[in-house]
Amino acid sequence: MLNPDLPGWRVSLPVFDGPLDLLLYLIKKEEMSIYDIQIGKITEQYLEHLNEMREMDLEVAGDFLVVAATLLYIKSRTLLPEDQQMAEEEPEEGEDPRWELIRQLVEYKKFKDASFELHLRQTRQDKLYFRDVDEKPVSIIPLGLGEVGVFDLVKAFQRILDRAREKEGFREIYEEKYTVSDKMQSILNLMDKTETLLFTTLFNDVTSRPEIVVTFLALLELVRLKQLKARQSDVFGEIEIYRGPTVTLS
Amino acid sequence: MEPLKIIEAILFAANRPLSEEDLSVLLKRGGETAGIVFDEQSLSPENIRQWMEDYSRRLTDTGIQLVSVAGGYRLATREEFAPWISAMFDEAKPPRLSAPALETLAVIAYRQPISRAEIEAVRGVAVGGVLETLVDRGVIRVAGRADVPGRPLIYETTTYFLEHFGLRDLNDLPNVEELKRVKLPDPPAPETPQQPELLHEPAGHTQEN
Repeated sequence: MLNPDLPGWRVSLPVFDGPLDLLLYLIKKEEMSIYDIQIGKITEQYLEHLNEMREMDLEVAGDFLVVAATLLYIKSRTLLPEDQQMAEEEPEEGEDPRWELIRQLVEYKKFKDASFELHLRQTRQDKLYFRDVDEKPVSIIPLGLGEVGVFDLVKAFQRILDRAREKEGFREIYEEKYTVSDKMQSILNLMDKTETLLFTTLFNDVTSRPEIVVTFLALLELVRLKQLKARQSDVFGEIEIYRGPTVTLS
Repeated sequence: MEPLKIIEAILFAANRPLSEEDLSVLLKRGGETAGIVFDEQSLSPENIRQWMEDYSRRLTDTGIQLVSVAGGYRLATREEFAPWISAMFDEAKPPRLSAPALETLAVIAYRQPISRAEIEAVRGVAVGGVLETLVDRGVIRVAGRADVPGRPLIYETTTYFLEHFGLRDLNDLPNVEELKRVKLPDPPAPETPQQPELLHEPAGHTQEN
C-alpha cells in the first residue's frame, strides 16, 4: 500500500517491461540461479516492488498480480510438509512446484536476450544510409500531357488570384452578387461561340476576388458534370477549355 | 561490356535489395534491348554471388559498402560516416523501437506466425498496444487467423523488418536454432470450449521445427 504519510513521491523506480522482467531483475540482484530460486525471498521482494508500483496503470498492474499469485501459490506449496502436499493433476510435476515458473523465466530470458541483439542490430543499421528507398529517380516519371487534372487547374487558378491581388487597389465597396449557376451559364454561353477557350481568358474581364472564385467554381462544376474538359498541349503551356463529348445538362 | 559494371550501375540506381536471381534476369533483359548476349554460365546465381564477393572486396577503399539484406544486395554508406550524412538531412530517422516493442518483435520473429495470446504467454504482459505500434511501423503484419478455437489473428514479420535490422533472411536472426525450438508456454485456454473431435489435432503452426 502507498503510505500517505510518506513525504512527497518516490519516483526513482526502474521501469520493468513486465512481471517476468522484474523477476529476472530480482533474481540477478540477489545473485541467485534461475534454476534454484529461493522462493520465499523472491516473493517478498516482488511484493515489495508491487507496492511501490501501485501508481502504475491498471493493466500492467494486473499482469504483475498474476505472477504475484503464482509466487504465493508456489511458496505456500513449498511450506507444506512433503506428505501433506496436494496431489498434482500431473504427477511428475509434483516434484518441484517452481518448475513451471522457472521454465517460463528461462524462455522469457532467451527472447529478452534476443531482443537485445535486435537492438544492437537496429543501432548499427541506423548508421547505414541507402539511396532513397521510396522514390524513383524523377526523370523516369513521364510528364503527362493532354487532359489536365484538377490540381493543374488549381495551380492555374492560383496564378490568376495572384494577378488579381496585384491589380487590387482602392475601390468602392458594393454588394457582390455572383452565383455559381449564373457563371456556369455564362461560361457555356461563351463556349457556344468558340471551339476552345484559354483558361486565362475566362478571367479577363473579372476583377474582384469573389467573382474570380465563383468563376473558378463554376468551371470546376462544369468539368465535374462532364460539360467541359481541360487540356494542356505542352508542359508550360496554357490550359485550354473545350467541350467534352456532349452530355445534355438537365 | 563487363557484366559487373552493369551490376554496379543497377545497384546504384536500385531502390530495393536485389537478389542474384533479380540481377541475372535484369542482365538478360537489358541485354536484349542493348543487343548483347551474356552466356548462361556467367549469369548463374553462383557466378553472380562470386562477382558480388569480389565487388565487395573492391569497395573496401571507398565510402560505400555492399550489404546483403532482405534476400538481396544493396549499396549503403559505411557506418563510420553516419555523422556526416545525418548532418545533410534535416529530418531525424524515425525513433528506434522501444524495449517492450523489441521483446514482442523478437517473439514474433522467431515463432511466426504467432497469435497475441501466445506472445503474451511468453512475455507475461498484455501486448495489444505494442502490436499496433509494430504494425504501424511496418515491421509486422497480420498473416491470417490461427486454426484454433476463437480463430485468433496471427502475426508475422515483413520484408521491411529484415531491412530495418539488416538481416539477410529469418535464419540470419541471432541464436535462431535454439529460439525456434524452445517450447513456448501454453496460452490460457480460449473461452469457447474445444470441440471433442478437434482434440486429436494439435494446433499446427506451433509445432513447426
